[in-house]
Amino acid sequence: MSVLIVVESVDGEIKKSSIEAVSYGALLAAKLQVTPVAIAIGVQDQAALQALGKAGASKVLAVASELLKQPQVLPYASAIALAATQEKASVVVLPKSTFSDTLASRLASKLKAGAVTGVTELPDTSAGFKVKKSIYTGKAFTHVEVKSAIKILTVAKNAVQPKEDGGAPAIEAFNPSIPESDFKTKITKTEKASGDLLLTEADIVVSGGRGLKGPEHWGIVLDLAKELGAATGCSKPVSDMDWRPHHEHVGQTGVKVSPNLYIAIGISGAIQHLAGVNSSKCIVVINKDPEAPFFKAADYGIVGDAFEVVPKLIAAAKNYM
Amino acid sequence: MKILVCITHVPDTTSKISFTDNKFNSSGIQYIIGPYDEYALARAVELKEAGKASSVTVLNVGEADTEPTIRKALAIGADDAIRVNANPRDAWYVASQIAAIATAEKYDIILMGRESIDFNGGLVHGMVAELLGLPSVSPIMKLELDGTKASVAREIEGGKEYLELETPFVAGCQEPIAEWKIPNMRGIMSARTKPLKVVEPVNVEEGISFVSFELPPAKGACKMVDATTPEKLLELLKNEAKVL
Ligand SMILES: Cc1cc2nc3c(=O)[nH]c(=O)nc-3n(C[C@H](O)[C@H](O)[C@H](O)COP(=O)(O)OP(=O)(O)OC[C@H]3O[C@@H](n4cnc5c(N)ncnc54)[C@H](O)[C@@H]3O)c2cc1C
Ligand SMILES: Nc1ncnc2c1ncn2[C@@H]1O[C@H](COP(=O)(O)O)[C@@H](O)[C@H]1O
Repeated sequence: MSVLIVVESVDGEIKKSSIEAVSYGALLAAKLQVTPVAIAIGVQDQAALQALGKAGASKVLAVASELLKQPQVLPYASAIALAATQEKASVVVLPKSTFSDTLASRLASKLKAGAVTGVTELPDTSAGFKVKKSIYTGKAFTHVEVKSAIKILTVAKNAVQPKEDGGAPAIEAFNPSIPESDFKTKITKTEKASGDLLLTEADIVVSGGRGLKGPEHWGIVLDLAKELGAATGCSKPVSDMDWRPHHEHVGQTGVKVSPNLYIAIGISGAIQHLAGVNSSKCIVVINKDPEAPFFKAADYGIVGDAFEVVPKLIAAAKNYM
Repeated sequence: MKILVCITHVPDTTSKISFTDNKFNSSGIQYIIGPYDEYALARAVELKEAGKASSVTVLNVGEADTEPTIRKALAIGADDAIRVNANPRDAWYVASQIAAIATAEKYDIILMGRESIDFNGGLVHGMVAELLGLPSVSPIMKLELDGTKASVAREIEGGKEYLELETPFVAGCQEPIAEWKIPNMRGIMSARTKPLKVVEPVNVEEGISFVSFELPPAKGACKMVDATTPEKLLELLKNEAKVL
């Protein structure tokens, strides 16, 4: 028996959320007294595969197929289902992402498994198998009992502390045979904001809202983000007006983030925006209106004009960091 | 080209969430079509208006109280509606109901939202697609049709991916896939008489169950820092909050 952990990679590099998923899977496997096995598709670099051992995997299935280099839902689901059967997986663990959630759903159908996306803690296995998940876009939590023989979980950021003390894993080549029909969907082009820190993975996020008045003023947001090593986000109207790209829009209808630190500049704090940030560890709000609703959801606040406060903060960060 | 749009009936995005006796407290709650589902619907209606689709059917798995939400979808421009008369227990249950409907009646495209805003599963589209043996793509923010060939743009972390596929397929949608549609008077009038068929659910084995609910811990008071001393903020973030 095993816990099978799915590792996501971008251009052969393992994502940080996957290291967390492996740590989660390893802790769960220890609880269930089964083997933690990771499956890495499209990762060639031996050091990267070794790192999965550090995170707790005792075995790594490495899939090298050229056909699977780019993440595609159908063939990946087939490959992982085959691995789950080979490894007699009782739980399949994936990182939480739009790609992995879709994978999880197809795997659930294939393996007749109960699936829960975005779990925030290790399962309670004292009686049955119960996991905690956030619902109503962060406004509540539920405890879900999974009753099927095979269980599928996608793991939210910060669900566990990443492990670094694991040993060297056994690395095995895995060559699943994928049906031709899985390749019906053709990727024609990808556009990536290269070099940018992924919003969903960043430990610090600096976001700007309509209070910044226009795209020409984004320099202060970008500079502060740069000083802090943060990713940048924005409110919905900002992306609606094309001041910033759509994928930066944070909130109920945009990206949900859960960084350690979220800094909101010139954002009023509408409930739909809060829905995307309320699982952040610490929230800082900079707004000229002391009555802005965001202050009620914040840990620290500065009442002031962003165009005066933020440049001072950047200067301070230069000295401080 | 027949399009099926699956819609949820969910609390308005400004709702205060609470539970009484381990049940969602719906008193004072306004219900809406899930926002992502509404974008999916708006795109389906646009495709019909452009002559690229022949019909748009909306489907909801829900009890009788969801009918006002379904009527709103008809007012936005769907031609007819199906309600599967059941409490939408979990994603697998809902997916099995949708797959049963779509097996009996063939649709060329099945559109859904990227996720429901109550349970935030993001699961139903993939499950339906797998049950029907179809491709699925989510979340998509562009959908163009050229006969049976579709080109879509899918959001990936930090960017976009462009894909081509043939109908039939299933997709989870998000903005800006379509213009938000506000129903006009004529739409609202005609929605009253458009067909709404109620069907009974198929049996599905229970895979998961929701045991209990809780609210996040209340936030403490916000600590204010003077606008003239932003370095004080950095110090607090480093030494007190320990997030720098
Ligand atoms: C169905 C639905 C879904 C939605 N989903 C989202 C979502 O996912 N994400 C989202 O963000 N919104 C969402 N919204 C929109 C949301 O309701 C708000 O309209 C939006 O978040 C407001 O953006 P904002 O705070 O940037 O702008 P505003 O509300 O205009 O706020 C601007 C703020 O900047 C402050 N300000 C102005 N000048 C300065 C200055 N010089 N210095 C400092 N502060 C200044 C003002 O005091 C004000 O508080 C949604 C709405 C609906 C109906
Ligand atoms: N009860 C339901 N009836 C019809 N469609 C649904 C229902 N629940 C979910 N869906 C569809 O499936 C999508 C994803 O839902 P979920 O997997 O619950 O996040 C939603 O955006 C809807 O389009």
